Amino acid sequence: MSLTVNNLSCERGGRLILRDVSFSLQAGEIMVLRGPNGAGKSTLIRALCGFLRCDGEATLNAMPLRDRDAWQDQIAYAGHLDAIKPQLTVGENLSFWSALYGGSVDHAAEVFRLTEIWDRPANVCSAGQKRRLGLARLLVAERPLWLLDEPTVSLDADMTATVAGVIRDHAAAGGMVLAATHIDLGLTDTKQLDLLPVSADTPTNDPFLEGWT
Amino acid sequence: MTRAVLMRELRLALRSGGGAGLGLVFFLIVILLIPFGVGPDETLLALIAPGTLWIAALLACLLSLDRIFQADYEDGTLDILTLSPMPLEGLVAIKGLAHWLTTGLPLVIAAPVLGLTLSLPAPAYGWLIASLLVGTPALSFLGTIGAALTVGVRRGGLLLSLLVLPLYIPTLIFGASVVTSAAEGQSVTTAFQLLGGITLFTLALAPFTAAATLRMQMR
Repeated sequence: MSLTVNNLSCERGGRLILRDVSFSLQAGEIMVLRGPNGAGKSTLIRALCGFLRCDGEATLNAMPLRDRDAWQDQIAYAGHLDAIKPQLTVGENLSFWSALYGGSVDHAAEVFRLTEIWDRPANVCSAGQKRRLGLARLLVAERPLWLLDEPTVSLDADMTATVAGVIRDHAAAGGMVLAATHIDLGLTDTKQLDLLPVSADTPTNDPFLEGWT
Repeated sequence: MTRAVLMRELRLALRSGGGAGLGLVFFLIVILLIPFGVGPDETLLALIAPGTLWIAALLACLLSLDRIFQADYEDGTLDILTLSPMPLEGLVAIKGLAHWLTTGLPLVIAAPVLGLTLSLPAPAYGWLIASLLVGTPALSFLGTIGAALTVGVRRGGLLLSLLVLPLYIPTLIFGASVVTSAAEGQSVTTAFQLLGGITLFTLALAPFTAAATLRMQMR
């Protein structure tokens, strides 16, 4: 199991956000993405989700990024948004994802302490509780590559440690994790990828923007 | 998996803020206002009944289209649904079906009762139900294309209407023509077959078009 990214470049809204990003990840490895705001951490993560159109090569378990559907079936993604329906209870939200992704909710509910708020409508949950519910989806899905975008925002210290533990367990079981985070999760043996903002005068290859200065 | 998505869509539509009853209430209000505006002349009402019922049903469908993808797009659910084992095309089809079940089907059921208030001629009732039953799925599925196109647009309801209404016109023409012909005692076969054809074409095409559009919108 491995992820290889070669010279990945991405444009959004006519601006080059990522230029020639290359790295590789083996089974059991955790990579932390670092960089200032606007460096393209979220863009890289969404690119690896297959949501964006990018130049360059990326291979996950011998599957090219171009083969979008097969690629996406190996990804578990937790972004800025928790993908929670406020009208449904915590239990209904999580059960839906397990029915769709085909996993079991018990382990996820226990790890993220959702059993105590199982019957609560999601619209009265706190930001931290919503985030726990959003992250619980990772344990339901059982996908090899986790792409996490600031996973510990609005979590307390205990839960942050739990998330770090969950990430460590996933890696120990042979999974791969790519996480963008500003805080130290206390993980050891992680790889680090530093992203820097691409300077604004980098030429784009968009014919519509040529001559636009 | 299919059942889980469908049940969730229906549950969300029926809970508070889901707007399932919105189209039906709009339909009731418009039709009940017509006799007040036009006057109680039964011959005139019977003459305009087929067209009025179909126009009101079409606008009622239009009212809740922007809910198909907007909420899922804004809270990040669409991203996660895209990564799920279910193809996006299948998801669009289920969402279209759920929209029809919560918007189109209630209209089909309410239409004959409202036909009574417009003194719709007796032979037309069966064909009114049949034409709405066959025609309204096309409205929901064409709506998924419009909803996908405007998913990133804030308050995109007006734009959505402008995009979708021209596509609704063939369904409106043949749907209303089925009911008119039936009311006048003429043959409805041609119009009904064309109405069915449009719906089948839309059901086959819309999931792929809307899914491709959604993928572009997520970039």
